[in-house]
Amino acid sequence: MENNIQHSDIYAIALHHRFQWEEAQQSYVILFPEGMIKLHGGAGEILKRVDGKTSVGEIVADLKNTFPDAEDIESDILGMFDIAVGKAWLRKVN
Amino acid sequence: MAQLNNGVAASVTQKQPLWLLAEVTYRCPLHCAFCYNPTDYDKHTKNELSTEQWIAALRDARKMGAIQLGISGGEPLLRDDIEEIVAEAHKLGYYSNLITSGVGLTEKRIQAFKEGGLDHIQLSMHDVTEDISNFITNTRTFELKKKVAAMIKSHGYPMVLNVVIHRYNIDQVGKILEMAEALGADYVELANTQYYGWSLVNRDQLMPTREQLNRAEAATNAFRERVGNKMKVFFVVPDYFSDRPKKCMNGWGEVFMIVTANGDVLPCHSARVLPGLEFPNVKENGLEWAWRESPAFNKYRGMEWMKEPCRSCDEKENDLGGCRCQSYLLSGDAEMADPVCTKSPNRQLIDEALANSQKPFLREQPIIFRTDKNSKKYVEGDKERIEQFHALP
Repeated sequence: MENNIQHSDIYAIALHHRFQWEEAQQSYVILFPEGMIKLHGGAGEILKRVDGKTSVGEIVADLKNTFPDAEDIESDILGMFDIAVGKAWLRKVN
Repeated sequence: MAQLNNGVAASVTQKQPLWLLAEVTYRCPLHCAFCYNPTDYDKHTKNELSTEQWIAALRDARKMGAIQLGISGGEPLLRDDIEEIVAEAHKLGYYSNLITSGVGLTEKRIQAFKEGGLDHIQLSMHDVTEDISNFITNTRTFELKKKVAAMIKSHGYPMVLNVVIHRYNIDQVGKILEMAEALGADYVELANTQYYGWSLVNRDQLMPTREQLNRAEAATNAFRERVGNKMKVFFVVPDYFSDRPKKCMNGWGEVFMIVTANGDVLPCHSARVLPGLEFPNVKENGLEWAWRESPAFNKYRGMEWMKEPCRSCDEKENDLGGCRCQSYLLSGDAEMADPVCTKSPNRQLIDEALANSQKPFLREQPIIFRTDKNSKKYVEGDKERIEQFHALP
C-alpha cells in the first residue's frame, strides 16, 4: 500500500468534499467540484464511519463486528483507505 | 464510478440525470469570443424563467436523481434571485456550483451564498496578462477577477478556476498555472476551446497549432509533477486534434440535463442548432416527461439511430459516434459519424479547419465578439458567416 495506512490513523472526509446517501441511486456518494464518486456497498459502509474521530483500527473492528461472515475484510478495508487517501477524498486528521 | 449503461434507445428511459445545468440567463457583461452560447441568444433574454419556475425545476430534477447542480449563464449574477435559488438547492441536497465571470460578486452576495449553502464557485480567468484577458472578453475585467478570486478564497470556498484556452493564451499555460497557484487555486480546468456558438464563428482565429498544443500539454504535465495533489489540473483536450471523437456529454440523455434561461430542456449546450428537433420546455410538460419520454431526448439515446460507419464500428460504445451538433454544424448531417473521427467520411472538414487556422489571410478576419448587437444580427438572419459551416464543400 502506497499510503501506509496505520490502525492508529484518523481520517476525515476531505475539505470541499461531501459524503451523503443518495436515495435515487441507492448508494453513498462523495461529491466535490466537478465530480461525484458512487460508492458501492462495502465502500459506502467504510466511508460512512470516517468522521474525523474514529481511528482506522476502530473502523476495522466495527466492520468485523457488523459483518462477521465476511472473510478477510481487514485487507479490503485498508485497501479502500489506501485508494481514498490516494485520490484525496480523505484527509488525515491524526 | 458506476458503469453507465449505453443500451439501446427506449421510449422510456431508466437513466437518471445526475447533472443539472441551469443556464439561468443569457445576459452577460462579458463578450467572450469563444463563448459556446448560441449566437442568437438575444431572442432568449426577455423570456427568462421566474424564481418560482426555477425552484420548481430544481425540485423536480432532484426527485429524478440530479445531484450536481451548475448555475450558469450568461452571467448568473445578473439575476437578483441567485441567493434564493442557491438556498433552495442546498435544502434539496444538491452539490451546487456557481459558474461566474466574477462580475457582480460582492461581499454581501458571497456571504449570502455561504449562508445559503452554496458548495463552490467556479471563476473564469483568461490570461496572465491584462491585455489578452481584456481583449478576449472585450471588457476591462482582469483586475476585478483577481479581486474576486481572493474574495472566494477568503470565504473558505474551494477555488475552482476555469481558463478557456485558445491561440491567444495557449503559450502562457505554464504562467497561467503559476498565477492559479499564487491565487491559491484548488482546481484548475484548462478548457481548450471547443467549437460551438461564438467560438465556431471565430474558429480560424482561436484554433492553436498542434505544436502550441503539445507545448501546453508538456507545461501542464511539468506543473503537475511539481505541485502534486495540492492542486488538481484538468487539461481538456480539444477534440479537433484527436483521431477519435469525444463521448459528447457522456452520451445523449445519459447523465446531463440542461435547462436554459427560457425553460427549454436540452441534453447538451448546443442541441438547439440541430434541425427537426423540438425541445421540451419546463413550462409545458415538466422535466420528468422531458427527460424520459420526449422525442428529442430519445432521438439520439443509445445507438439505434446510428448509420455507417458507426453502426458496425467496434469502437461505437467508446464514443457513441461523438457529437451530433458537431457533425451537423460541420457536415450538415446530424446522424453521421462526428467528423473528428478518422473513420468518418467527413474527416477532411477537420483537417481543412486545422489547415485554415494556419493561414494568415483568415486570421485577418475580425473576431466577432459575443455582444447583444452581434447576436441580434444572427437572430435577424445575418447568417453569412455561419453558412460556410453548414454545407459540405
